[in-house]
Amino acid sequence: MDALLFVAAALRISVPYTLAALGATFSERGGVINIALEGMMLSGALGYVLGAHATGNPWIGLAAALAAGLATGLIHALVTVRFRADQITSGLGINLLAAGLTKFILTQVFHSSSNSTRVVGMPGWRLAGLENLPALGSVLATPLVLMTVALVLVGQAALFRSVFGLRLRSVGERPEAAATLGLPVTFYRYAGVLISGALAALGGAWLASEQHSFTDGMTNGRGYIAIAAMIVGKWSPLGAAAACLLFGAAEALQITLQGSAFPTELLQTLPYVVTMLALAGFIGRAIPPRALGTPYDPEHAG
Amino acid sequence: MKAPSRAALLTASAPLIAVALALLAGAGFIAAIGEDPLAIYALMARETLGTGYGIGQTLFKATPLVFCGLSVGLGFRAGLFNIGVEGQLTVAAFAAALVGAALAHLPAIALLPLTLATAIATGALWGAVPGVLKARFGSHEVINTIMLNFIAAALVSYLGRGVFEPATVRTAEIGAGATLPRLDLLWPVLRGSPANLALPIALAVAALVGVLLFRTRLGFELRALGLNAPAAEYGGIPIGATQVKAMALSGAIAGLAGMNFVLGYKHFFELGFSAGVGFIGIAVALLGRNHPVGITIAALFFGGLLYGGLAINERVPKELVEVLLAIVILLAISVQQVIERIARKMAA
Repeated sequence: MDALLFVAAALRISVPYTLAALGATFSERGGVINIALEGMMLSGALGYVLGAHATGNPWIGLAAALAAGLATGLIHALVTVRFRADQITSGLGINLLAAGLTKFILTQVFHSSSNSTRVVGMPGWRLAGLENLPALGSVLATPLVLMTVALVLVGQAALFRSVFGLRLRSVGERPEAAATLGLPVTFYRYAGVLISGALAALGGAWLASEQHSFTDGMTNGRGYIAIAAMIVGKWSPLGAAAACLLFGAAEALQITLQGSAFPTELLQTLPYVVTMLALAGFIGRAIPPRALGTPYDPEHAG
Repeated sequence: MKAPSRAALLTASAPLIAVALALLAGAGFIAAIGEDPLAIYALMARETLGTGYGIGQTLFKATPLVFCGLSVGLGFRAGLFNIGVEGQLTVAAFAAALVGAALAHLPAIALLPLTLATAIATGALWGAVPGVLKARFGSHEVINTIMLNFIAAALVSYLGRGVFEPATVRTAEIGAGATLPRLDLLWPVLRGSPANLALPIALAVAALVGVLLFRTRLGFELRALGLNAPAAEYGGIPIGATQVKAMALSGAIAGLAGMNFVLGYKHFFELGFSAGVGFIGIAVALLGRNHPVGITIAALFFGGLLYGGLAINERVPKELVEVLLAIVILLAISVQQVIERIARKMAA
């Protein structure tokens, strides 16, 4: 039973990581580095709370989160794809923007720069008795958890088994070659970044729904952990999801050990250390898409 | 003959255009919450530049930004993106505060240099790690420095368990010999503001970085690496070793960024004291075009914004400044690209 509770906690924790990391595979496979995940998640979290607060309907909250994530993604796409500016700097700028703007909006709507009022969370589902499973039931029967599992599978298929995925990857590997074949490079890069914004925002919405509120800086570095997971997962949805589960398990363990003499702070560094080892090539070589980080300039192509 | 110089002038104006557009966007936000943008900006200017105290506060806020901007800018010059300033300054400030407290009995002539050297060495060491990883394994410094920021935070909070004052997240006070005196002792007009001797140190480091970059062999090698790594290697510059040196130097400068707070203001290290100043350093370097003079000016500007934000907080949430900073970053890099394209066309 304890083991099951632990698995349930790990699953629950890994949901927002998985959504954001899955999105990042699309952005980066298309050639755009996405350090902006943190800001996209934060925007999604606030979007959910604003939508749910205004209507009392969690689904409208979810839609508002998606809109906020797409808007944030659009800024990243405009700066990096349209204006071809540095992708890393843009990501950091967006994270700063989201941190500031969410607090700014918070003060205007909820008259506090630290937290919102309580909002409704996502409802549980009754689904073929799934909700009756011991310990795991309450996690598995949650709409966003099921959606996350489905999205990972669909994402894996879309990226590696569909025409869209093939084209997106070609744009991230050799944009000039893709353009020669008549592919609209810019369109695919926009698509990758926007998908990333939407999925990261869903992750943020999950956090806000679980907590029933928005608090200042509530994503707390999760966007960066999601990037780490995507790298450890070698830019593939399934790999990223596996890394997120690992990181989620580490975090669950850390919560279990809290208060004991065990140095939980050191356990907290596991995702970061694993990522640095992966980048250095100790856990198989993680090779980024070839044109990752390089703006595509049609005037200078070929 | 005329066109290229006009193009160069245009390129140089990019940061100013970005700032102007950002202030315009900020005016939109201010108007959106029903305040008068001009009145708010005027109030901001009055509170920061209109009194000796305001100037002192601006200088105080600008001091760590000079260090952070120099740290990021030096990295950029060598083609390295150091996002790890936050982590570097955290471990350095922590180590320096411990040394300053442990050897509190020493006189200033010994303790102050020892404390500063600890900060420099710790920052350099923490900064060198991603440099070594890049040189040895080719792993990208951006991800590694981000990871090291989180590791630094976790490490300091773990080590802090043993050394923080009971029921706090701060270290014991440093000895009097390690403190940096306030500037208002020298200029009474700054009275009450926490601006301290860390500022002249920052300006001296800016001058040193200028000399290093433009007057020494190492500086030439760093810049060559940043401009064209393959050509630099062909020219006999050891790429890996130079990358490690650049990251260590960048970390060393970042290490000094916490001294404004630890040695000059509170006289102890406290978890979270830096409040993201390492990231603002990126904006400072961008706007200052990675040049020590530009960086110093940009740091003063952002320092004024940060203090100005606090001064207007009763009428407009101070978060406006964070938003402004972010917009400046996003616009600076976008405008730069657009203008460079125009300049290329003009020169062609």
